Amino acid sequence: MIELHGTGVSSGIAIGQMVAFSEGKETVSRNIGTPEQEWNDFLSAQEITCAELSHLAEKARKDAGDEAALLFETHCEMAQDPDFCDCIKELTDSGKDAVSAVMEAGEQFAAMFESMDDAYTKERAADIRDVASRICRILRGESEDFALSAPSVVIAEDLSPSQTMQLDKSLLLGFATRKGSPVSHTAILSRILGIPAIVGLGDKLLSDFAGKCGILDGIEGKLIIEPDTETLTYYNETKAAFDAEKAGLSALIGKETVTKSGKRTKLYCNIGSPSDVDKVLSNDGEGIGLFRSEFLFLGRDSAPTEDEQFEAYKSVLEKMDGKPVIVRTMDIGADKKADYLGLSDEENPALGLRGLRLSLEHPDWFKRQLRALYRASVYGNLSVMFPMVANVWEVEKAKDLCREVQIELKMSGIPYCNTVKLGIMIETPAAALISGELAKIVDFFSVGTNDLTQYTLACDRQNGSIAPHLDPHHPAILSLLKMIAENAHQAGIPVGICGELGADESLTEFFLAIGIDELSVSPSCVLPLRKNIRNQA
Amino acid sequence: MQTLSFTVKDPMGLHARPAGLLVKEAKKYASKITLHKGEKAVEATRLMALMGAGIKCGETVTVTIEGADEATAAQELAVFFEQNC
Repeated sequence: MIELHGTGVSSGIAIGQMVAFSEGKETVSRNIGTPEQEWNDFLSAQEITCAELSHLAEKARKDAGDEAALLFETHCEMAQDPDFCDCIKELTDSGKDAVSAVMEAGEQFAAMFESMDDAYTKERAADIRDVASRICRILRGESEDFALSAPSVVIAEDLSPSQTMQLDKSLLLGFATRKGSPVSHTAILSRILGIPAIVGLGDKLLSDFAGKCGILDGIEGKLIIEPDTETLTYYNETKAAFDAEKAGLSALIGKETVTKSGKRTKLYCNIGSPSDVDKVLSNDGEGIGLFRSEFLFLGRDSAPTEDEQFEAYKSVLEKMDGKPVIVRTMDIGADKKADYLGLSDEENPALGLRGLRLSLEHPDWFKRQLRALYRASVYGNLSVMFPMVANVWEVEKAKDLCREVQIELKMSGIPYCNTVKLGIMIETPAAALISGELAKIVDFFSVGTNDLTQYTLACDRQNGSIAPHLDPHHPAILSLLKMIAENAHQAGIPVGICGELGADESLTEFFLAIGIDELSVSPSCVLPLRKNIRNQA
Repeated sequence: MQTLSFTVKDPMGLHARPAGLLVKEAKKYASKITLHKGEKAVEATRLMALMGAGIKCGETVTVTIEGADEATAAQELAVFFEQNC
């Protein structure tokens, strides 16, 4: 038994015989003609390429929807791109044969994308290589001859989006690759298609494994070769449970979160670190409603630098690929502290210097975080919210600091997105009671029900002996929620819930009735909650 | 010649998807359509060059349209940029 680790990009478990993916081999060597003949051969191959890609786009539209189809339509545009063709013409004119010319031109453009500074554009190098190798295959007169004959776990160096699309989905149990990235179009396709997949397994993934039994665990990112009986039994059970669960829920991936009467709710996820994003994507979260930034500050000996924070925010924004991401600024206090922060012990930390209070007390830390956030804002769809608000002036002060940061960035010529939305957590009774005033100066509300409950009911969350008193269904909490929603809507801003209560299905009907616009829950709750909402009148 | 400008609102900038759509749109017109950002100028029918230009969210792009159908093209493209970029 061998166990390999990579990055799971599409969850689920596949068990079956492994098959090594191989690209078509050169069967007949091409006769190389004059530069003019080579150029004409390229033009014919280009025409066939576009016809194949249009066909593939239609197949993708049927299997996976418009988003997948557009991918192959864009490949078709790449094949016809005038700069790409000019480059090939120059190469054939200089005496290169058509195949070498196409490969070389493809590499030139791939290198251009790879040299760019954002991860998303870098990944497009794989798309242009996919197009170039398709043209070459046609030039060599090979057909797409790799086909599966039995249910298989496919292992490969890397799979391009078109190679993935061409495999027979009824026989493709899962795939594992040596290379590959979670933001590649292949990874995105595997999630849309619901096929378990692992990328980045490295050189330990040998083609010799072909023919052997493999377990592909896309949840943990593990590939187990020739499992022992115990492991196999364990995975057979896990797979059965996962599939049964999925059968009911996976049908909801890509579906809208909408009630029978057509009322829409946004279903976002709460995350605590960038590595949680994979779970958000595999559960079809529509965005991130609460990204707790504390992980950057806690459990370490020194404050994170601006660059360190920037990289973390950027990676989440990029992985979310344009979906909304709401980052909560540091929610630290005497109960969640690190030594380097130099915070003194407090008698009553829940009511102490914490959240936005602490940030405003240390504008240098706060501005460092805001600068990192604004710098990252150009990589996705960012909103920022402040925790522990009780006063209008606190929010005004935070907004002033945001403006200062924007001006400083502008002066230094650093790009940022000037449409970043600023919101607040509503988690103190004070904020709930003045939510009408607060709604006029922010872009959105997000209710933190855990703290709102503890403060409203005067009930310490940490004290187990009074747990029965800590009842989030208390009428006081529900009427505050209703009031917050009314005040938000009167000012024309959306309101979400990011506390644990958001996933409480006994309240879903109530949340819909008072017009909550967004529920942010842990990734595994997204699909069950969507199912619930779709069953509401 | 017609000139218009637009600010990129797509959070990912002018990436593969909007660039692919723009190329398709631009091919509908006889006019030569060029995007200008700072010193850089890119023809709207050149997908790789568009993607390679690295136009980001919040940046303003000037577009020049020159040719027989420039008036119609300018009108329709203004709507296109508003909706897709």
